Amino acid sequence: MKKIEVIQNVLEANDTIASRNRRLLDEHNVFAINIMSAPGAGKTSLILQTLMRLKGKLNMAVIEGDVASTVDAEKVQNKAKAVVQINTCNMPESCSLMAAMIESALKDMPLNKIDLILIENVGNLVCPAEFILGEHKRVVISSLPEGDDKPIKYPLIFIDADAVIINKMDLAPYVDFDVAAFRRSITGLNPKVEVFELSSKTGEGIEKWCSWILGQAKAGGAKR
Amino acid sequence: MHELGVTENIVNIALAKAGEAQASKVIRINLVVGELAGFVPDCIQFYFDSLSKDTVAQGATLHFESVPAELRCRDCSTIFRPQDTLWACPKCKGRSVEIFKGRELYIESLEVE
Repeated sequence: MKKIEVIQNVLEANDTIASRNRRLLDEHNVFAINIMSAPGAGKTSLILQTLMRLKGKLNMAVIEGDVASTVDAEKVQNKAKAVVQINTCNMPESCSLMAAMIESALKDMPLNKIDLILIENVGNLVCPAEFILGEHKRVVISSLPEGDDKPIKYPLIFIDADAVIINKMDLAPYVDFDVAAFRRSITGLNPKVEVFELSSKTGEGIEKWCSWILGQAKAGGAKR
Repeated sequence: MHELGVTENIVNIALAKAGEAQASKVIRINLVVGELAGFVPDCIQFYFDSLSKDTVAQGATLHFESVPAELRCRDCSTIFRPQDTLWACPKCKGRSVEIFKGRELYIESLEVE
């Protein structure tokens, strides 16, 4: 019997494809945001609001990741320059998007005509934390009905986030969500994180979020 | 839930390394998995048994060395094992902490013949 030293990261295959995606995006001056949350936190609604508010300012495309169905792609279809739906039910991972899935989706997109890609990950606070896709920024949405303890229960996804959105602020009078405690938990894990309080339903706070995206996309080299 | 893709990578790496060493059989794969990495060893072994079928890695045992979580306090630099779900520093009670150890997931070595 012989022992072979290996010391190789098991996620390296994904990370290599992610770097390739990132290079392709950068060559075309496309800025990409990976939006992650539990199911029902409001990823699609926020994407719709963002598409409406930034219309005319950026050419935007959406990649929708879901286990099954084209429900989300249909919702955003008329508002984005391009939409690609990824269904993960027959893929090695059904619980998260992976870099290889984004690589194929990018092949179907007119990258020369796009400034910003909003990637809606599969609703899940565990698996998407492990896979980078080649995105420039990672955003996590938490919504008031989920409770303020999510950063304590699912720390990894919050530790790597560039921004955290507290959504459904319009429900504040009806649910017990301690915004200050939630903010304390996140900034303890991740002091540089940007936190936005908003409601996709009423539009409260969306303006600030959209200015952040616009600033980040311009700084990150988007075409306009 | 996300162990299948990860196990595919483990099989691919093991087969590549075994091929380089001209091994006829992989006996054991030694993996290092951090406590916070969120991968379930039993689940990885289950997928491994199916994915390695009819390869030189068929029948190999996966050995998992678990790395306990260790956190580092950003305020007083104390390194500590989390005692509660709040991850508070036992020395200064600070809540600004970073993960020092516990996110690893790598193949340390293979035993082949």
